Amino acid sequence: MSVPFYVSPEQIIKDKADFARKGIARGRSVVVLEYDEGILFVAENPSRALHKISEIYDRIGFAAVGKYNEFENLRVAGVRLADLRGYAYDRNDVTGRSLANAYAQTLGTIFSETPKPYEVEIVVAEVGVTEDLDQLYRLTFDGSVADEHGYVAMGGSAEAISAELAKSWRSGLTLSEALQLAVDSLGRFGSDEVKDLSVEQLEVAVLDRNRPRRTFYRINVTKMNELLR
Amino acid sequence: MIPNLGLPQAYLATGSSSFADFLADLAPEVLPGRMTMSPGEANALAPHGTTIVSLRGEFGAVMAGDRRATMGNVIAQRDIEKVFVADEHSMIGIAGTTGIAVELVRLFQVELEHYEKIEGLSLSLDGKANRLATLLRGNLGLAMQGLAVVPLLAGFDLNRERGRIFSYDVTGGRYEEHDFYAVGSGAFFARGSLKKLYQPSISLDNAIAVALEALYDAADDDSATGGPDLARRIFPVVAVADDNGVRIVAEADIATMASRLVAHRMDRPDGPVAQLDVGGVA
Repeated sequence: MSVPFYVSPEQIIKDKADFARKGIARGRSVVVLEYDEGILFVAENPSRALHKISEIYDRIGFAAVGKYNEFENLRVAGVRLADLRGYAYDRNDVTGRSLANAYAQTLGTIFSETPKPYEVEIVVAEVGVTEDLDQLYRLTFDGSVADEHGYVAMGGSAEAISAELAKSWRSGLTLSEALQLAVDSLGRFGSDEVKDLSVEQLEVAVLDRNRPRRTFYRINVTKMNELLR
Repeated sequence: MIPNLGLPQAYLATGSSSFADFLADLAPEVLPGRMTMSPGEANALAPHGTTIVSLRGEFGAVMAGDRRATMGNVIAQRDIEKVFVADEHSMIGIAGTTGIAVELVRLFQVELEHYEKIEGLSLSLDGKANRLATLLRGNLGLAMQGLAVVPLLAGFDLNRERGRIFSYDVTGGRYEEHDFYAVGSGAFFARGSLKKLYQPSISLDNAIAVALEALYDAADDDSATGGPDLARRIFPVVAVADDNGVRIVAEADIATMASRLVAHRMDRPDGPVAQLDVGGVA
């Protein structure tokens, strides 16, 4: 019987992390940012059917980059978890924090226990009654959670986009200003084929704190043009 | 294989877009209709909700329900709500054992929303009607012991661009109604009233008025159906489905219409007279 080569745990984890990072950086970017009336999601996504942004519950939204089948799996799990909790307890008892925790546990386990980590990065956003109660959780492939404030950029040239947002984002942006900022940042640092980003290549949705019950809605091309005028 | 940490495997499994199916696998005990009961007639143990009426016109559909729940000869609740918005384009009313009925409505609402979130689009109205039939079938065991629930579903069908009404029996049988229907203990009287007042070309305002007349007639002859309570300001709940979606009509508007109806009944207690035109035979 042959003895397997010894590989140090540090090396295994580093290899897995590099693999996941490369996969995520290959994709297109998504930005999530707070504005005065809620939370805005903007994804570079030419597909009208395969979403990167979606509704999890009344006040909770989900955005992801990376491998579609993997984050879709997590998204469906999140909807199931939220609906079951809301049905068994009450709609008010479904929180972004518990969902972020469940995702973190799951991603952490997958990262350490399986040969191939998930090549995904996700944001769980919960819109509060007021602006200071808004929550943004960013989850990476290894299960780390970061509690972000104001804005998050993921996928593609996320670092450059984040740097751009750090310069221009401030609290109290209107929806129109926030969308303009997101489109400008994605356009400047997005993937090569979309240097001139047009609204047809965007998937846009918001969690609007003023709507009753379900706060999530998608913004179509007509409305986007109105907002960007 | 995903090890057993974080979200359980059931959540991550590729499977159905149905919330009820997911629950049946993971937590069947929280489903209405899955409780185990000792044999015997349980009918007298819990309150019953009574009459729901629905009618359709060119605008869409209207549904209205009285506010009474009874336990035997006792009024268990005066202001119960039995008409609900199911989702953006459909509404549901319930008659029967209220505890189970309200739970069934809650499950149905989550079922529709769950499907919409997972699939990214809504079920067709026929799809919703069939799902409700399946959920209802899960309650058959309890129905046999006297805890029956009979819903009425109505909505605006976006594909056919018209209002539609579906009635059910306790075994989950689903029947589409053409113009109007009523369920619950006062349904016979309400249906008689609807029959005489309904016209296919009815306007929205008249449809609401006819629904209120039908509930009044039901309350007139069925002790388990509550009429408009002017003293306590308790009025029927009325929902409307049209191409703008479903909405509950403002209570103040119903109060005005119901007060007018009661004033007319002061003159003629049996309500409006249907017009006859038999020509000059005599």
